[in-house]
Amino acid sequence: MVATRQITPREGDVMVLVGTTKGAFLLRSNAARRRWDVGGPHFAGQSIYALALDQRGGRRRMYAGGSSDHFGPVLYLSDDLGATWSDRERAAVRFPEDAGAELKRIWQIVPGREDEPGKLYCGVEPAALFESGDAGETWSLVRGLWDHPHRPQWQPGGGGLCLHTVIPDAVHRGRMFVAISTGGVYRSNDGGATWDVRNRGVRAEFMPDKHPEFGQWVHKIVQHPTFPERLFLQNHWGLYRSEDAGDTWQDVANGVPSDFGFAMAMHPHDPETVYIVPIESDGFRCTPEGKLRVYRTRDAGRTWEPLTRGLPQENALELVLRDGMDADELNPAGIYFGTRSGKVFGSPDGGASWSAIAEGLPPVICVKAVVIGDPLKVRVPKPARKSAKAAGRAKAKPRAKAKPRAKSKPRAKASLRAKSKPRAKTARRPKAKPARGTKAKARRKTR
Amino acid sequence: MRVVFFIPGFLRQWTDGEPRVELEGRPATVGDALALLWKHYPGVRDRVVTEQGNVRQHVNVFVGVESIRFTGGLGTPLNGDCDVSIVPAVSGG
Repeated sequence: MVATRQITPREGDVMVLVGTTKGAFLLRSNAARRRWDVGGPHFAGQSIYALALDQRGGRRRMYAGGSSDHFGPVLYLSDDLGATWSDRERAAVRFPEDAGAELKRIWQIVPGREDEPGKLYCGVEPAALFESGDAGETWSLVRGLWDHPHRPQWQPGGGGLCLHTVIPDAVHRGRMFVAISTGGVYRSNDGGATWDVRNRGVRAEFMPDKHPEFGQWVHKIVQHPTFPERLFLQNHWGLYRSEDAGDTWQDVANGVPSDFGFAMAMHPHDPETVYIVPIESDGFRCTPEGKLRVYRTRDAGRTWEPLTRGLPQENALELVLRDGMDADELNPAGIYFGTRSGKVFGSPDGGASWSAIAEGLPPVICVKAVVIGDPLKVRVPKPARKSAKAAGRAKAKPRAKAKPRAKSKPRAKASLRAKSKPRAKTARRPKAKPARGTKAKARRKTR
Repeated sequence: MRVVFFIPGFLRQWTDGEPRVELEGRPATVGDALALLWKHYPGVRDRVVTEQGNVRQHVNVFVGVESIRFTGGLGTPLNGDCDVSIVPAVSGG
């Protein structure tokens, strides 16, 4: 029997849920996110492709999609933040007899909208969408997608024919997006009853027709909940943005070492900021040049910058899979990703600096970051040393430069604001498209 | 007629921890015998067979020392008392 190390998460802590090929590991830290406890393995020996925490409706339920090599896929539930797990006597996620299909793997578990607290979605292999109306106790096949005329022509990618991404639109009721490898992006405007393919502009490098209606090998799509017309897409070759809810896609691979990759994470508070980890090629699924670099855009894909501080820049032939990166909702946001070599890296400052928060794990499949409780109520302490230095600089420098005031004043205000009102109100309020220039500058200063 | 089932470790949470389950009945086939097993221990079912009723790819079922893969699958006839072993296949990594 494998011993499982337990952790004790508290209100206001951050948990990073890590699914690997040999079990799940639960990491916790306080809001500073500098020191991490590593718990696990849970479900030792099983591959864990999906993890989620649902904190809606006064509930605090964790979900895990596990699969043993022998006894099939299992949905596990925990009501004590992962200390104990249970599965149901009768497998909860199952294809109905008339569908004729057999569940192979649970790829994604996603809580629904805030105002539907019992609703959950789950994406599975073979590619299908399931929904639950009772917080994961019972599930039913979403027929509208299963009966889609394209379905018989969807083909399995390297990971199998899977529906790996589900995005219930937080603003437009009834609208949702799914991504299927290989099928592409599909959108429903009526709660899943009917689905339209949304791949225009996304190329299929591996097909004779590079722009088919469907059949694209989409690895991940992300959307900011307050800016729902915009989506980003990491394709099997190709990096894209849509400004019209997926109707059309534009190539935004500007200045990245490769537009091949899997993982993609949205910044929780800024609809212009996205993180990716470029991979050399489909034939050599490793980080280019042996450098582990996260690329970040802060202008919705117009430019991308490498983030390397604290990440190995030589002999790092790593891979981050499609669900291997996520962000927490604190301010500044924490960004996390896990690698094929069993390392988990975390950044407590939106990607500016990184450190390994767990090492020596089995190959990482998925990473989910969650704040226990309401992120708006959590105050993030400033790193002591850094703030002392910054204070020293602030005292020493203003007179040295010709025009320091315009620069230093807003910064001071911004940091005060960040301190007194964690995350301010940027997180949940739907906001208009940020104006270029001033807001971008303000954003840089707060980070 | 008596059927003795041998249960692998992973599935014992569904047989009250029992590695060996003995049941009386009149199963004509292996499929009938397994149905008898999940009548008493319903949690075993979905781990051994899929939702469509097929034995999972990496699970082997033996009657005595014969794998039912080569004797007619779930339709393999049973004649009198027997041992039925559920064994995870040698696979995985």
